[in-house]
Amino acid sequence: MEGIARIGRFTIDLTEQMGRMMLFVLSSFAWLTRPPFRFYQIVKQLNFIGYKSTFVVVLTAVFTGMVLALQGYYTLRKFGSEAVLGSAVALSIIRELGPVLAALMVTARAGSAMTAEIGIMRITEQIDALDTMAINPLQYLIGPKLVASLIAVPLLVALFDVVGIYGGYVVGVQLLNGNEGAYWSSIESAVEWKDVYGGILKSISFGLLISWVCCYKGFHTKHSAEGLGTATTEAVVLSAVLILVWDYFLTSVLL
Amino acid sequence: MIKLVGVEKTFGKQPVLRGVDLTIPEGKLTTIIGGSGSGKSVLLKHIIGLLQPDRGQVLIDGRDIAHLKGQALNEVRKKFAMLFQNAALFDSMTVFENVAFPLREKLRLKGDTVTRRVEEKLEQVGLKGMGHKFPAELSGGMRKRAGLARALVMEPEIILFDEPTTGLDPLLAKSIHDLIVAMQQQFRFTAVMVSHEIPEIFGISDYVAMLKNGRIAEMAPSSEFVKTTDEEIREFIFVGGTVAPKALQAEGR
Repeated sequence: MEGIARIGRFTIDLTEQMGRMMLFVLSSFAWLTRPPFRFYQIVKQLNFIGYKSTFVVVLTAVFTGMVLALQGYYTLRKFGSEAVLGSAVALSIIRELGPVLAALMVTARAGSAMTAEIGIMRITEQIDALDTMAINPLQYLIGPKLVASLIAVPLLVALFDVVGIYGGYVVGVQLLNGNEGAYWSSIESAVEWKDVYGGILKSISFGLLISWVCCYKGFHTKHSAEGLGTATTEAVVLSAVLILVWDYFLTSVLL
Repeated sequence: MIKLVGVEKTFGKQPVLRGVDLTIPEGKLTTIIGGSGSGKSVLLKHIIGLLQPDRGQVLIDGRDIAHLKGQALNEVRKKFAMLFQNAALFDSMTVFENVAFPLREKLRLKGDTVTRRVEEKLEQVGLKGMGHKFPAELSGGMRKRAGLARALVMEPEIILFDEPTTGLDPLLAKSIHDLIVAMQQQFRFTAVMVSHEIPEIFGISDYVAMLKNGRIAEMAPSSEFVKTTDEEIREFIFVGGTVAPKALQAEGR
């Protein structure tokens, strides 16, 4: 009996938590539609989430492309299919690795910082101070982060795709002396609009997921240093897991 | 006018407020005292709608804000400002930007008007020329002064002070008390202060209320409060035989 009760409690808690998360994101978007519109805050967040993540995303992309080309070249050579190396690299990056890895890097760099920043503001009563000034924290703090993340993550993914494909080119063509024409033409013939479209769709949803989870965890930080640490860890782990799970579901729908 | 009627609040299974009835006189400085963990800060947060009661009414100028949310609550909050225990300054902004924040965000003021009003407030609280500093570069007392400047800049009708002298040495605490009294007398706002600073608060408050067992056990003008016959309250305020000079005079001791 006790076991069943425990499962029941867990289910109720989980449902409540999901409900609160849903209300949190819906209220934040609802507040965004009301004046004053804080364009400057959105630009500031675009700089933080987008521009400042560029270096880490480029670095990840270039090495991802390079290792894909390296692995792909020796595998394809066994079957005499080195000519399709470009398409193998490009499709892997555009469909899967670009959106997923870029999102994971944004989670690690910007998502954790978002949770920590909002969490500290919660602990030190800065969020309460906003409330007392009749400034809605969802409108001032959370909304701009959600919007910026929705814009920045797809752009970072596009950058990842391009850099990753060039990384593959450097290894597959420049280092391993593959055929340059075959590399580019195989990409041109294999990559279709739906691959690009699927990648964009994934990156938009990942952008929302990251800012949603990280802002929520920060906003509901418990009032202690330990609480802040826990919130940040939970935000990063939950975002990463949700990105991978959601990626699977989206892929199964898009294929 | 602030009026609380039968306010009850429970956290988990722990009842904190068990039916608070309290009327705060307009344009006066009222201090709420009580033991640690008695719910003074919780009570203060109910007044400004940061917490909602499980039962009871929180009337601000006759309007019950107990269950107001969103825009409706924000409208009422325009009358308020609050000085938090640790000042709650935005640490990513300078002192100037902190004080200017409500002017820019709420009143959408810009340029010279903001500069003039912020510098005026900084001067009033004794922080002239400190606007460029970040909160982390300020001492505890200076942070409270900056917080007070931010609270005053919107010229609110009501200011709530949540233990404004916590963590300060006696001299700094006195300077903050003196500043609060001077500002209150100059601008005539309604001040509600939560404090542990006994006996000092009897020398500066117009009214004192004591929160005990989740209810207001006594509320009276400061000079009358010290004449209470309630043994528990007497023990609390006369602990160690100390009491404010003004209150002693009032008692004729």
